Amino acid sequence: MKELSILIGGKAGDGIRQAGQTISILLNRLGYRIFFYDDYPSLIRGGHNFSIIRASEKPIAAHKENVDLIVALNQDAVEKHQNRLNPGGMILYDSDHVEAEGVGIHLNEIVKGLEGKPIMRNTAAIGGLAKALDIEWAVVEDVMKDTVEKEIELNLKIAQTAYNKVEEPFFALQKLEQNMLPLISGNEAISLGAVQAGLNMYIAYPMTPASAILHYLAAHEDDLGVVTVHPESEIGVILMALGAAYAGARTMVGTSGGGFALMTEALSLSGQGEFPVVFVMAQRPGPSTGVPTYTMQGDLLFVVHAGHGEFSKVVVAPGDAEEAFYLTGLAMNLAWKFHIPTFVLSDKHLSESIFSFDADLDKVQPEDALLWDGKGEYKRYLDTKDGISPLAFPGNPAATVKSTSYEHDEYGITTEEPEQIARMQKKRLRKREGLLAELAKNEQVKIYGNPESKTVLLCWGSTKGACVEVAEELGLKVVQPLVLEPLPIEELKQALSGSDKIIDVEVNATGQLAKLISSHGVCVDDMILRFDARPFTVDVLLDRVKEVLS
Amino acid sequence: MTTVKELGTYADNTWCPGCGNFSILTSIKKVLAGLKDGGFDLSRVAMVSGIGCHAKIVDYIDVNSFYSIHGRVPPAMTGIKLANPDLVVIGHSGDGDAYGEGVEHLIFSAKRNINMTYFIHNNRVYGLTTGQFTPTSPPGFKGRSTPLGSPEAPMNPIELMLSAGATFVARGFSGKIKHLQDVMLAAINHKGFAFVDVLQPCFTFFNTYDFYKDRVYELEGEGHVTSDRTAAFEKAGEWTYGEGDRIPVGIFYQVEKPTYDETLLRGRVPVKLKLKDIRPVLDKHV
Ligand SMILES: Cc1ncc(C[n+]2csc(CCOP(=O)(O)OP(=O)(O)O)c2C)c(N)n1
Ligand code: SF4
Ligand SMILES: [Mg+2]
Repeated sequence: MKELSILIGGKAGDGIRQAGQTISILLNRLGYRIFFYDDYPSLIRGGHNFSIIRASEKPIAAHKENVDLIVALNQDAVEKHQNRLNPGGMILYDSDHVEAEGVGIHLNEIVKGLEGKPIMRNTAAIGGLAKALDIEWAVVEDVMKDTVEKEIELNLKIAQTAYNKVEEPFFALQKLEQNMLPLISGNEAISLGAVQAGLNMYIAYPMTPASAILHYLAAHEDDLGVVTVHPESEIGVILMALGAAYAGARTMVGTSGGGFALMTEALSLSGQGEFPVVFVMAQRPGPSTGVPTYTMQGDLLFVVHAGHGEFSKVVVAPGDAEEAFYLTGLAMNLAWKFHIPTFVLSDKHLSESIFSFDADLDKVQPEDALLWDGKGEYKRYLDTKDGISPLAFPGNPAATVKSTSYEHDEYGITTEEPEQIARMQKKRLRKREGLLAELAKNEQVKIYGNPESKTVLLCWGSTKGACVEVAEELGLKVVQPLVLEPLPIEELKQALSGSDKIIDVEVNATGQLAKLISSHGVCVDDMILRFDARPFTVDVLLDRVKEVLS
Repeated sequence: MTTVKELGTYADNTWCPGCGNFSILTSIKKVLAGLKDGGFDLSRVAMVSGIGCHAKIVDYIDVNSFYSIHGRVPPAMTGIKLANPDLVVIGHSGDGDAYGEGVEHLIFSAKRNINMTYFIHNNRVYGLTTGQFTPTSPPGFKGRSTPLGSPEAPMNPIELMLSAGATFVARGFSGKIKHLQDVMLAAINHKGFAFVDVLQPCFTFFNTYDFYKDRVYELEGEGHVTSDRTAAFEKAGEWTYGEGDRIPVGIFYQVEKPTYDETLLRGRVPVKLKLKDIRPVLDKHV
């Protein structure tokens, strides 16, 4: 397979992510499929940041530990990462700041000489790298014009000077005859999936790794036709969302574990009052503040079990950008069809990594909620056969819409009568049957790799990318449930049937998916867990799987 | 003419006889009836309540309502108003609700000057949880959680709202029904965040009726200028929710300022937004 991995590293404030994204676009324009991983500590200046850009001729959803090229803007990028270099690999570095073996360019001098700002060293690095990869200057120029927002002429001059300083390309990167795809992050895919399913309002309080959804939708409010709101707290967020849903707006909220903990009281209100709402829960390592800018799949059981009282919810767990798009659309439609809370369970690795996005956009359409027909007296909680009470919204002259957190009668008036209480609880829970039938129309469990293999890698969410490649390499099967609540246990059992070894692969310390399915009588044989706040890379996982198999 | 009875529901009223909530209920119904008779379509009203004795009010009025959770009335109101700014959003909270559990939302509503109306049924006690002290209980209040007397000084919500940026700050007394209705109507008609602290005796756990009856006087009768912020603070400080001889009721402060909903929405109405094509945005990602 034709592929290349590049690591670019520097201090926070050096514009590493930005440079990495530009490099991704360069390689995208050459027809490559991209996976972009960003590794940064929770600080604004200093520290050490790095990004890995992996380009491949086939679709990928993971990066590798080892790389072919290191672009070093600081000494740490060499010290911390040179052991990752593949044989024949190369370091390209700023010889004004870094000592290394490889190709040094005076990036700092170039920037200074042209009176640029210090951050423009990243532009110079891109120029040098492009030449090292034998990319035509015209391609670089196009990409820079599309991506640089300020002082384009100066940036071009800096990039070109560095480009010319590299005498000989050392990787002749072939242009592929493939179409170019949009490059989007998991968070952007979630945003677009929601918009495509009719999102009206996005309400959120900043919290990594969900913040970028708020930033993206706020920046594109008018292009996408969405109103964004940043309230006083996550409690404010979720109550606003429920108020907006009551008024008839399709609403989504996004946060991480700590913010979601604050929302759980109102999650239960959405269960009792039957308010449709979509939660994006982008996990990061806990407990508590944990490791804010890194990744973990540690909140699966928290989300599945969140909320006091008994009510239905849906939890979907996408593993790449396309799934993020489709499943967020599904989550929005299910929320409105069944008047329940639904969750898109992401994590830093999915939310902030960037993927080549190849989705069939029309697969997501807003499906209309069941609206009141205007006949007779409106009852918000009409006890129907399928448990779904038609919706009306305040402002409708023929209806009085009474929603409530209390147990209530059909009209929405508080009740403490035993029959009434049991009746309403049954009505709400009855929606589950329709929900299961609706979910069954969708692909709920995915299978990759060798379907005949008796050894299965079981995974969920962002761990899928690494699992799929390892399975392909070793001839194994991968099983990935996309829906985690209600757990599609029959499909899962079907997918696992005939296997004699199930290896559970998760980025957490206790194997939460394994625990979840064990309550349905399905047991795993082995667990490969990573909980150092880093995602599985293809090569690291390959070694771990080989260990388990040997 | 619309009667108070027509605006009622079939729900059994479970307030204690003598409770100040009855007068508040009658007052808001009268105000709504008046608006209806003036041609206003009451289906545009969305009422939100918290949890507590006060909150039952939404069960007793036949308008759209969102019976929310303890302390969270303002954000639920905000969501409704932002989703459909055509609605007239009215909130009812208790003092525990608004000044205790959810005080951050109260402050932010005032800071934002969102166009909605917020009535606090301030009985200066937790009614529904049977008699504990609240943020506005008097110093030394002997409640069930403070048998030796409240260790805290009361907060002054009028001063708090003036500081936070509310553009309509008023106080009413459930024992002065006509006056209360005037204040309520002015609050609903105000464009911006309208806050009304309604002094309400809790017959069972803190019966303040006689205390108020002897001390309450109307600001309107004393030439108070409602656009004068300094004068408003002065009047707000006249009684600090403890002892005192004179308790002003009426509008302390009223000015007009840009509202949050107008500024944030820029004319957009989320419930009427049309689906947009995401392709042009995606094309920028290639
Ligand atoms: C999160 C939460 N905490 C506590 C309660 C219990 N609770 C119900 S009403 C109430 C106090 C009510 O006092 P107030 O808001 O003053 O209303 P009142 O009953 O006096 O009208 C409390 C603490 C609750 N429902 N929710
Ligand atoms: S406890 Fe107090 S506030 Fe509650 S209904 Fe009785 S008198 Fe009214
Ligand atoms: Mg009270």
